[in-house]
Amino acid sequence: MSLQRIVMTVNGVERTVDAHPMERLLDVLREKLGLTGTKEGCGEGECGACSVLMDGSLVNSCLIPVAQAAHAQIVTIEGLGSPEKLDPVQEAFLHCGGSQCGMCTPGMIMAAKCLLMHNVKPSREEIREGLGGNLCRCTGYMRIFEAVEAAARKQESEAAR
Amino acid sequence: MRKEGAAKVCGTARYIDDITLPGMLHGATVRSSIARGRIKKITFDPAIPWGEFTIVTAADIPGANCIALIQNDWPCLAAEVVNHPEEPIVLLAHADKHRLAEAVAAVRVEYEPLPSVHSIAESERKDAAVWGEDNVLKSYLMEKGDVDAVWAGADFIVEGEYETGAQEHLYIENNGVIAEYSDAAGLTIYGSMQCPFYVHKSLVKLMALPEDKVRVVQVETGGAFGGKEDYPSMIAAHAALLVRKAGRPVKIVYDRAEDMAATTKRHPSRTRHRTAVTKDGKLLGAEIDLVLDGGAYSTLSSTVLSRATIHAGGCYFWPNLRVRSRALATNSPPHGAFRGFGAPQSLFAIERHMDRVAAAVGLAPEELRRRNFLRPGLTTSTGQVIPEGVDLEHLLARAMELSGYKEKRQRFARENERRALKKGIGLAAFLHGAGFTGSGERRMGSVAAMDATADGMLRVLVSSTEFGQGTNTILCQIAAETLGVDYGVVQMGPADTSVVPNSGPTVASRTAMVVGRLVESAAKEMRHVLTEAGLIGEQYSTEEFQRAASMYVGKHGQLRTEGHYEAPPNVFWDDELYRGEAYGAYAWAVYVAEVTVDTVDYRVAVDDFVAVQEVGRVINPVLATGQVEGGVAQAVGYALYEKVVWQKGRMANNQMTNYIIATSQDIPPIRVYFEEVPYKYGAYGAKGIGELPMDGPAPAIVNAVSHATSADFCAVPLLPEDVMTKLAQVKSQVVEVVGA
Repeated sequence: MSLQRIVMTVNGVERTVDAHPMERLLDVLREKLGLTGTKEGCGEGECGACSVLMDGSLVNSCLIPVAQAAHAQIVTIEGLGSPEKLDPVQEAFLHCGGSQCGMCTPGMIMAAKCLLMHNVKPSREEIREGLGGNLCRCTGYMRIFEAVEAAARKQESEAAR
Repeated sequence: MRKEGAAKVCGTARYIDDITLPGMLHGATVRSSIARGRIKKITFDPAIPWGEFTIVTAADIPGANCIALIQNDWPCLAAEVVNHPEEPIVLLAHADKHRLAEAVAAVRVEYEPLPSVHSIAESERKDAAVWGEDNVLKSYLMEKGDVDAVWAGADFIVEGEYETGAQEHLYIENNGVIAEYSDAAGLTIYGSMQCPFYVHKSLVKLMALPEDKVRVVQVETGGAFGGKEDYPSMIAAHAALLVRKAGRPVKIVYDRAEDMAATTKRHPSRTRHRTAVTKDGKLLGAEIDLVLDGGAYSTLSSTVLSRATIHAGGCYFWPNLRVRSRALATNSPPHGAFRGFGAPQSLFAIERHMDRVAAAVGLAPEELRRRNFLRPGLTTSTGQVIPEGVDLEHLLARAMELSGYKEKRQRFARENERRALKKGIGLAAFLHGAGFTGSGERRMGSVAAMDATADGMLRVLVSSTEFGQGTNTILCQIAAETLGVDYGVVQMGPADTSVVPNSGPTVASRTAMVVGRLVESAAKEMRHVLTEAGLIGEQYSTEEFQRAASMYVGKHGQLRTEGHYEAPPNVFWDDELYRGEAYGAYAWAVYVAEVTVDTVDYRVAVDDFVAVQEVGRVINPVLATGQVEGGVAQAVGYALYEKVVWQKGRMANNQMTNYIIATSQDIPPIRVYFEEVPYKYGAYGAKGIGELPMDGPAPAIVNAVSHATSADFCAVPLLPEDVMTKLAQVKSQVVEVVGA
């Protein structure tokens, strides 16, 4: 199969890549665009470590052929914040102990971000469901739930200002 | 706050697969497709342009063809025989990683099959001798008192057999390394690992290189749980052989299927108990027969078995006890280290058994336990005297109160009669020895160091690695507190064998307690050096300390201090008889699980979980709580979901799709409580914590399921089909009671 020119917006910047249309979005992000914050855990859409936002929806980038991402808006962990200026969700994960080994963390934070975009004040049950596609082997999820609740509170208080 | 946390939440932390070196090749492994056999012939399909590939076989190994661990029986590459499925035989490397799968499939290995064994029973019966003459990788006999004399005086003799399955670590980051080589610098390995000096030791032998020509650097590691204790030595060896032949850097990163099929798992086990008890519930003595399935090579099985043996009697006082234990070989990939290291297996058995002993005697499970708990002044199975401060009765009372145990235990039993959703509540009391077993710490003689840079940055230098559990944070906290400076100015040095002293492997819940203590000594020494030099007084600010360190470096070239391991006084261990101080300290816990068993679809849900423990002083409450919660979640999976399906020694379900771990929707509220009794010889009173929470949940959950269903479940994992089969067989099993 020949290379195809694909244009997509990644973290707010228009990017053009030459890729096989069936190449995984995950590999294009990591290898062609150098965005290694998105991780591979299982390669079959079970663990969610490769979660990114595609046109506002949470997707497993290991299951998306890059041709499908043409003209899409992609947001990866690198599009949220930096160590100097953390996104509220990143900050909450850091403070609450929501990240241990860190390998599920980028995907988990993208899932949390997506949940909070659609539901500003999720209940514990809604958080459990919203993060159901993202596996964590370290934390037992409790600190992650608390981080999502803390981020929701912070967003709420900032919105009230 | 977690030292490397900001990089992790931003995705800027660099794991092995995030690193690319110029000119780097990708490596892949041709593995055995059969369980056991003689290699007759290896052929390379001419359809592949082999000239483009680097090819390595056992003949290319310059030194000893083994991964150095304890007995050195684990080959790096199979040369003449294979002893398990997925055993590595040939290595390939190519610049384009997408070309490797096809090439691996094009290497044909012809075998002359040999008989193999695939269970503890088959190995024990010697259906085939697959390791030594009798398949016994290691055995122990641990005796206390005179157990043969107790049976005649017993009111009840209670027997039971308990089994636990293999468990896959399922760290989210698969195993991976990068190797590079130059004549000047020698071999350098970057990788995801727990124990850089294990890898170093193994490579020196395999590559026949001087020690200073092998450098091992741990990079950010995405979970380990014991699974990156031994196997990184294997994958590093493979990359080293490829780089030596190719002359270019080589990366090997496994995909999930390969990692699950080829790397180590938790040892499956079978434990038989025979217990003598009086009618008022006093334990008189027990015989315990414990067997671990070690897989095809001995690797770490002897030490896993040692810990399983010492923990087999649980947290009870046994006047008389005999534990016979064996690790047997089978033709599966070697089983290795996994959080708990043998203790989860033997503690599952004893804690299930205690419920059954209680039932036989007619006591409540908690009451039988309470009457036999180890208390200060009493001795453990190895004769170690329990120190002041240990108070299991208090932990039990607190766990029962926090979980509403008493009321629920009665109410559930009453209400279950009329319900399809049957509820149960169960508990487990247990201990976990912190640090190496027996004389391990003395033999290891670990060293930690601290140094200062010219600009006054203070560094902790250890080979203890961070893989999520909080090593970086805890050790920097200890150093900062000892130096009397802000946490922010203390950094971790690189986990690089050419920079740091050997503070030992990152295993056995020893980092905070043992290595933390060494860091504390090194920090004290640094303070002392600066005081002696007249650069600081009694009182100083962080800035003053940094300025003093910086001046010292300017004048003397460097400021580097060390802390050396010193055994606590009056510690004695007999390796032959298994008597004495098995561990510097034990952590203690009582866990309570509440479950619902659906008698329509036979699913078990854990509704609530209370974890009460005493782990010495808690240095960082957020991290400590996270350790317990994470351990409990892994153990919920061990109890209810995680089943390795074996087909002739090969894991058949080597995918996340059909090896199921607990998701956010399966996990109950995990309520964590600490009692703090500082340990005199641990850093700031800390004891080990990492492994403890893996030990208790499985028996607590299965005790709760047994309570809910009035049926005796004696094995994990306990899947819905197991519940269904059991409940269909008999409504309830009668404990065999002799001499009542």
